[in-house]
Amino acid sequence: MSTNSDADKTLELYETSSLFLEIWDRLKRNKRAILGLFLVIFLILVALFANVIAPYDPVQIALKDSLKEPNLAHLMGTDVLGRDIFSRIIYGARASLIVGVVATSISLVIGVIIGAFSGYYGGWLDSLMMRITDIFSAFPFFLLAIAIMTFLGPSLLNIFFALGIVGWTNYARLIRGQVILVKESKYIEAARSIGAKDRRIILRHILPNALAPVIVYTALNIGGVILAEAGLSFLGLGVRPPAPSWGSMLAEGKDFIFNASWLVVWPGVAIFLTVLGYNLLGEGLRNALDPRLNLRRIK
Amino acid sequence: MIETKKTTETLLKVENLKKYFPIKKGIAVQRYVGDLKAVDGVSFEIRRGETLGLVGESGCGKSTIGRVILRLLEPSKGKVIFEGKVLNELSHEEMRQMRSQMQMIFQDSYASLNPRMRVGDIIAEPILIQGVSSRAEREKRVCKILDVVGLSPYHGARYPHEFSGGQRQRIGIARALALNPKLIICDEPVSALDLSIQAQLINLLEDLQKEYHLTYLFIAHDLSVVKHISDRVAVMYLGKIAELANSEELYKNPQHPYTIALLSAIPVPDPTVKKDRIILKGDVPSPVNPPSGCRFHTRCPKVQSICKEQDPNFRDIGNDHFVACHLV
Repeated sequence: MSTNSDADKTLELYETSSLFLEIWDRLKRNKRAILGLFLVIFLILVALFANVIAPYDPVQIALKDSLKEPNLAHLMGTDVLGRDIFSRIIYGARASLIVGVVATSISLVIGVIIGAFSGYYGGWLDSLMMRITDIFSAFPFFLLAIAIMTFLGPSLLNIFFALGIVGWTNYARLIRGQVILVKESKYIEAARSIGAKDRRIILRHILPNALAPVIVYTALNIGGVILAEAGLSFLGLGVRPPAPSWGSMLAEGKDFIFNASWLVVWPGVAIFLTVLGYNLLGEGLRNALDPRLNLRRIK
Repeated sequence: MIETKKTTETLLKVENLKKYFPIKKGIAVQRYVGDLKAVDGVSFEIRRGETLGLVGESGCGKSTIGRVILRLLEPSKGKVIFEGKVLNELSHEEMRQMRSQMQMIFQDSYASLNPRMRVGDIIAEPILIQGVSSRAEREKRVCKILDVVGLSPYHGARYPHEFSGGQRQRIGIARALALNPKLIICDEPVSALDLSIQAQLINLLEDLQKEYHLTYLFIAHDLSVVKHISDRVAVMYLGKIAELANSEELYKNPQHPYTIALLSAIPVPDPTVKKDRIILKGDVPSPVNPPSGCRFHTRCPKVQSICKEQDPNFRDIGNDHFVACHLV
């Protein structure tokens, strides 16, 4: 089935079934997205191999090395307790990545379940679930996370929980909208006419066709969650010290910002590059999945 | 014409079937303001082994009838009786099991195939749902069905978008056949295809009917296609059946003014023939507020005063020919 018209071609690509190949095909033509992908993969590698890359133990205190400027022994200098900043940044990547992935997964799972049921069954169930969603999203995202963390106390597990709980509402809304859209398709009617049960219709027919925008939102959202973790740690509500986290490193370094700026510059750069990476990747995915947006960019 | 043995045994009976879609208005509190009467009191029967054609203009309710029969939509009133069982009284689960007996072929073969499933999986799905758990057995049956509809086994590994319109419709037919149904509702299965492909698919449907003793409800708006494939034809207008007769009888001896007008619109492939085309004036009235009396009276060239007051009965005028018109 080959056509010459461009409109047909984009349609064809959009409907291609191997979702990942199709996204990759469009993504690799977008330099910004590839930069984002590179940053994200870099972060993952650093986090995975932190113990190999890091030259020092990130929690080893060496008071005689306190507040050393960046030099050959300590590439990014040392903090007030003489700990190597470079090593702490590298181990901090682990905390950021784990929080980003786990908290986002929690949000995604809750969102998919609530959104799919809401959108598929509609009626009073939909109204009830959407009002619950409204209640949750009525609280400012960060304030709710702070409240939950204050209540539960700082720990990695509680961060997963807090950020997962505050983040699911957008997923639920997005998925509900997609499900309502896909539910009206003829192939759903066809599935019902061959006697498929609801579970099969939702899992095999609706969700695979509804998830494309969700993938985009997830990529964009991980950056936001990592930023939120940094924020919580900055406020002392995140990863429990002395375990390194970029947010708590910023907090510890803020008193020395004028005489030892490397204490805040490097964690800042790390946060910036990570969030940038996810945002570029997410934006690239969005453009790769939406042919209309893509055309506008080319113009 | 198809030479299968046709019986007078009723396979499916529809009694006074109505489907109203409520119209609601309002932002916060939805107010009920009326009904869209898509199907408004339709009765007919389909005999085992026959093809019943159902024709009518867009929006007259013919597709709705197909969906209500399969209970993809719940009827507002009336009964659908399949092999003696009243379908709309069955529980959800009982109805789900009945679905293997009756299948549907959809008009839009592109939209009716899940774009993220392989063709083989699409055809295997009904077999799987029916309870054939062995993968090898399913694959064997899928290959056989692909062959029956004129595709090859290797097509099963491809995705729907890789096929042409005609091929996709063959996939739709294959899916419908997978469960060995008794009744297939063809909802304008060839309307979206070009003529040469239409002919191929019509021939395929006829061959399948012979081989598997299928019964068709063939919904269409193309009178020449319907004439070719149908044993009997029902003409619908605005939610009601205007005329129902044997295919030949209807085309030779139409009684309802609407049928006469429709038949006069069929093009004849002979430029020397002069036809008296009856041009109906005005639009189809809204099914929300259908006209009083006979629904066709606003456009009928032979309208009388009784037509505006009384709804004509759908009556037998002999020779298995039913008409709803005061003037016949």
